[in-house]
Amino acid sequence: MNDNIKRESILAVANNLRWEVGDNLHDTLMESIYENATSIASKVVLYPDKKPAFSLDRTLDKILTSKYLGFPIMFLILAVVFWLTIQGANIPSGLIANLLVDTLHPALKNMANSIGFPWWLSGVLIDGAYLSMAWVISVMLPPMAIFFPIYTLLEDFGYLPRVAFNMDPLYKKVGAHGRQALTMAMGFGCNAAGVVATRVIDSPRERLIAIITNNFSLCNGRWPTQILIATIFIGGAAPAYLAGIVSAAAVVFIAVLGIVFSLLVSWGLSRTLLKGEASAFSLELPPYRPPRILQTLYTSLISRTIFVLWRAIVFAVPAGMVIWLVANINIDGVSVANHFINWSNPFAFIFGLNGIILLAYIIAIPANEIVIPTVLMLTVAKLGMMSVGAGSGVMFELDSVTDTAAILQAGGWTLLTGINLMLFSLLHNPCSTTIFTIYKETKSVKWTVISTLLPIAMGFTITFFVTQIWRLIF
Amino acid sequence: MSNVDLNNCANCPVHNMGNLKKLGIDMSNFDFVVALAGNPNTGKSTVFNYLTGLRQHTGNWPGKTVARAEGGFEYSEKKFKLVDLPGTYSLLSTSTDEEVARDFILFGQPDVTVIVVDATRIERNLNLVLQILEITDRAVLCLNLMDEARRNGIQVDDRTLSKELGIPIIPTSARQGEGMNELLNAINDVALGKYICKPYRLKTNSAELNTAIAKLSKEIEIEYPGLPNLRWVALRLLEGDQSIIDSIRSGDLGNLKKEIIPNEVEA
Repeated sequence: MNDNIKRESILAVANNLRWEVGDNLHDTLMESIYENATSIASKVVLYPDKKPAFSLDRTLDKILTSKYLGFPIMFLILAVVFWLTIQGANIPSGLIANLLVDTLHPALKNMANSIGFPWWLSGVLIDGAYLSMAWVISVMLPPMAIFFPIYTLLEDFGYLPRVAFNMDPLYKKVGAHGRQALTMAMGFGCNAAGVVATRVIDSPRERLIAIITNNFSLCNGRWPTQILIATIFIGGAAPAYLAGIVSAAAVVFIAVLGIVFSLLVSWGLSRTLLKGEASAFSLELPPYRPPRILQTLYTSLISRTIFVLWRAIVFAVPAGMVIWLVANINIDGVSVANHFINWSNPFAFIFGLNGIILLAYIIAIPANEIVIPTVLMLTVAKLGMMSVGAGSGVMFELDSVTDTAAILQAGGWTLLTGINLMLFSLLHNPCSTTIFTIYKETKSVKWTVISTLLPIAMGFTITFFVTQIWRLIF
Repeated sequence: MSNVDLNNCANCPVHNMGNLKKLGIDMSNFDFVVALAGNPNTGKSTVFNYLTGLRQHTGNWPGKTVARAEGGFEYSEKKFKLVDLPGTYSLLSTSTDEEVARDFILFGQPDVTVIVVDATRIERNLNLVLQILEITDRAVLCLNLMDEARRNGIQVDDRTLSKELGIPIIPTSARQGEGMNELLNAINDVALGKYICKPYRLKTNSAELNTAIAKLSKEIEIEYPGLPNLRWVALRLLEGDQSIIDSIRSGDLGNLKKEIIPNEVEA
């Protein structure tokens, strides 16, 4: 108790003194800091008469952040990145699928048979867990191995803060913090990382807006889905020589749509649930630095690509088992998967999707990366395409995008299904890791639930309207 | 700290890079805690990766590190725990990243605080340096991005700067690994007390402020004798900083000096 009295007396003295020094203490203090810094710097730093090296930076900034050119250049850079990814990923994807699925899978299957595995054990382990893992590697690895290094090179060069600079006025207009542009850019890599990055925003209101809307940045788990579906359905609808460019443009469109949604939702939130004005901040544009190519390749391959791939595999293995089980456990002679698919098809039809896509999104809640493998596998199981796969619940070989396209078209997919899947992939609940991160950062069940359900509600609304309008027109 | 040392000490064991053992995430039984602080995008994480051998993702944008990262290294038979703090422009505001940095320097009581400074933007970076020197007595200034400064024709008189600030100044280019030897040496010297820092203290023109700080410092010293950053605590109290008020109420402030004792005994 004695301690408490003494401590409170310190605080009381502080309170009294605060009156004496006046309320401009903070300003006085900041002024002295700046004065001291200036006087020291003037003694030790010698600037050159001319600043030739700075002018290159300035010229670049004038172009990259220009009022008129800034956004077109941004879209162009995005498009080039996706075009490179789309063009480059197809061949290695086929090669890996050849090795892991065509060659290794039958070998493993034979081995299991010769050791005397019961059919269900080799089914769960090899047709379920192993194949889904092989699938994730062949679908995910090539685009990631191309996309991440390019993205990291851009980051290293210093382009991302310019993107944020271009976006800043827009965020300010919708009542959000300008730094949200930075966290949004981080979200393009991984939403969980983007949510953590919102710590740079000091106002709790604006931070919540940034957290809730981060999911509208397409994360790397969803890029391959977008790229694959765009290649098959959008690129497939265009003449062959334009296919690459058209599909890249479609992916850019979805990414930009995501940014538009993040602005719209921020605007809505800052006028309803999270009312308030945007606070000011300073955004520092770092100098452009020549990227260290080799080191970037190393870090982006090791820390990003392998990390994300590993995460995908970790989630794909149990998901593969679940897929095999729901496709092989029968009730009244019909598999659990088919029960769900048949039951949900009429509902999914309204949104231009199908029961398989809905089931795939439920199975893939842990990780967005495995949506496409799950969709394909369920389609095969549903159609009983024995000739392609080795039986129900088996993920099959796919040497190329053409084969994937054949499967999906056999499953009744149209251009509309493709477009809606791309939209739904942009607008649905965050993955489980992100949901958990949102909870850890906000410590609030309410905001976690809102961040989870809001995008799904939007996804269903958008796909509903797109489908109804599409059906009216065509 | 100058180039002359470099030539003469080629045979000196302390000056041998072979003495650096990158321990990665192994931080068991460390002897000293070293904090890395500085403005955003000055290369803290690059220095961190270089010394620990870890691969914290680095990026050319301000605000990449928002939480603190930890790693270890061994140098001339002493084990160091290195803590990479979020980059901040000041320690006076209240965003989460700035709080992480400030609370660690204040409550974590690092044995050495390495302040990473962008050599091409010294004046602005000094604002943070001066604030850190108010909190801690033991700091090393890592004058990073010297390659960019040279490219831009900027010259820095590091000896005068060292005299002004009262701490070692080490010019480096962490991306190229330049100056890391000297940096390790300086960290080691300050940690072992071979180099005694005489940190620059802010000069204010306001007489009222100076008397108020003196009065309040006296009050605090009675309750918390031996507090290393008395002046700064007084200043924050005058500003009404809630977390400092709370730590006075709870008595946590008193732990500041206790925590450093075991480390000093080991040293």
